[in-house]
Amino acid sequence: MIQLNNIHKTFNTGKPNEVVAINKVNLQINAGEFVVIVGSNGSGKTTLLNLVAGNILPDSGIITIDGNNVTRLPEYKRSKWIARIFQNPLSGTAADLSIIDNFRLAALRTQTKRLSIGKNEQFKRLVRDKIATLGMGLEDKVEQPIGTLSGGQRQALTLLMSVMDTCKILLLDEPTAALDPRSAGNVLRIADGLIKEYHLTAIMVTHNLKDAGNYGSRIIQMGEGTVLKDIAGKEKDSLQQNELYSWFG
Amino acid sequence: MDFYLTALLQGLCFAGIAFGIYISMKIFNIPDITTDGSYTLGGVVTGAMLTHNQPGYIILPAVLLAGGVAGALTGIIHTKLKINALLAGILVMYGLYSINLTILGRSNLPLLSMPTLFSAVNLITDINQNSLMILIVFVLIITIIIGYLLKTDFGIAMRATGNSEPMIRALGVNTDRMKIIGLAIANALTALSGYLVVQQQGFADINMGIGIVIFGLGSVIIAESVINRLRITSVWLSLILVMAGAIIFQFVLAITLNIGINPNMLKGVTAVFVLLIVGLPRLTGRQA
Repeated sequence: MIQLNNIHKTFNTGKPNEVVAINKVNLQINAGEFVVIVGSNGSGKTTLLNLVAGNILPDSGIITIDGNNVTRLPEYKRSKWIARIFQNPLSGTAADLSIIDNFRLAALRTQTKRLSIGKNEQFKRLVRDKIATLGMGLEDKVEQPIGTLSGGQRQALTLLMSVMDTCKILLLDEPTAALDPRSAGNVLRIADGLIKEYHLTAIMVTHNLKDAGNYGSRIIQMGEGTVLKDIAGKEKDSLQQNELYSWFG
Repeated sequence: MDFYLTALLQGLCFAGIAFGIYISMKIFNIPDITTDGSYTLGGVVTGAMLTHNQPGYIILPAVLLAGGVAGALTGIIHTKLKINALLAGILVMYGLYSINLTILGRSNLPLLSMPTLFSAVNLITDINQNSLMILIVFVLIITIIIGYLLKTDFGIAMRATGNSEPMIRALGVNTDRMKIIGLAIANALTALSGYLVVQQQGFADINMGIGIVIFGLGSVIIAESVINRLRITSVWLSLILVMAGAIIFQFVLAITLNIGINPNMLKGVTAVFVLLIVGLPRLTGRQA
């Protein structure tokens, strides 16, 4: 589904603060995989995610998604495959717009936004039904600005928004970093549920080793812009918590 | 009474600028001051085309196009060359002076005997009241068009662009293109104000746009203070308040002149007035 060939990315080239963020990385992620990426600060995990998303372009190497070479494709054009969940709940939603407006845009992620009114009663009903599945009681508040909700509620809605339109890849950049433990647990459970239900290929960057152990079908540890460890399948499932901690020892 | 009627007419004429600033400043979150130039551009295009006996149905699209191009230019400079929006606007506004002077051919062009929008349609015999009717219909149509636009899927994407750029880019919107279109619309509306004012006052002047941006800013700020206080989310209501803001602004100026303040001080009074509407809610808000 996603293939990175010999990807290299340097920031501040030629300046004293030059930093090699991604160093000749090769990575193949298959359809349906849920990859969790861990690594210390500056290991390049978020850069890797941004390279897949397209808001950072690589210096060299080739990125393909679903067989298409997307190396030079800007972020807004990659949205036909990719939905994103940001670390900051504010980034994933438009605060001053109503919940329904946010969902309307999400429902058009892979399509052109036309000069016609698509926010009709039928669409509102669809959104209300979808939101009701979260069991948060938000289905009656769809006309409210989404900024009036808590971070956890917004993050849960952003997850739901990602499957409003055909979605193949879900990128999660520390989706729970700004949330309290209970909301964080909720959001991850919703994410895991959606990934399974819609057979999404997912990449999640996280600092939480407990979540990294509990979720995902494959775990990658990054360090200094390279892949240090890459464990999948049964081996990942049997990975012990303390073993994970020892990686950072 | 006529004094206030004139203020009302002026206010309606300036609704275009108010809508333009509302779109650039509130919806796109871009401080755009191409306004001074695009307003004059709208005026001089109208003046020049009227004196060349062009029909009205060509003048209006030409004015909108001219304003749109000016706005798009600011947008392109801002997004493609990554230049600060304020500077991009200043550059285009500054350059437009020469363009406007070339179009007008002289610094002042009287249009008194020309068949303007206001002389072409005769609903009521009283000239001012006739103008009022025409302006109300005109501004109402503009409000409906903008309101509809903002309700469409494209319009929602416009509003999201100024609100959360990372989100809307991840949802497949080319934000650069969106901002260019937004500034084009904003300045087309501003040019529309120039179009109306020139026909209403009966002349086009190269200096008519100096400092005009403050009328738009003031109108939007008046509207915003109400929008924030009453927590209004409706697009229609917001647009009507912006239009009302433009009228209130003109009334305040009319009252100022009426109570006998030296006209030389008018710009100073205007500046203090805008400062008051921006500053007062913050001062009272801090105590609450």
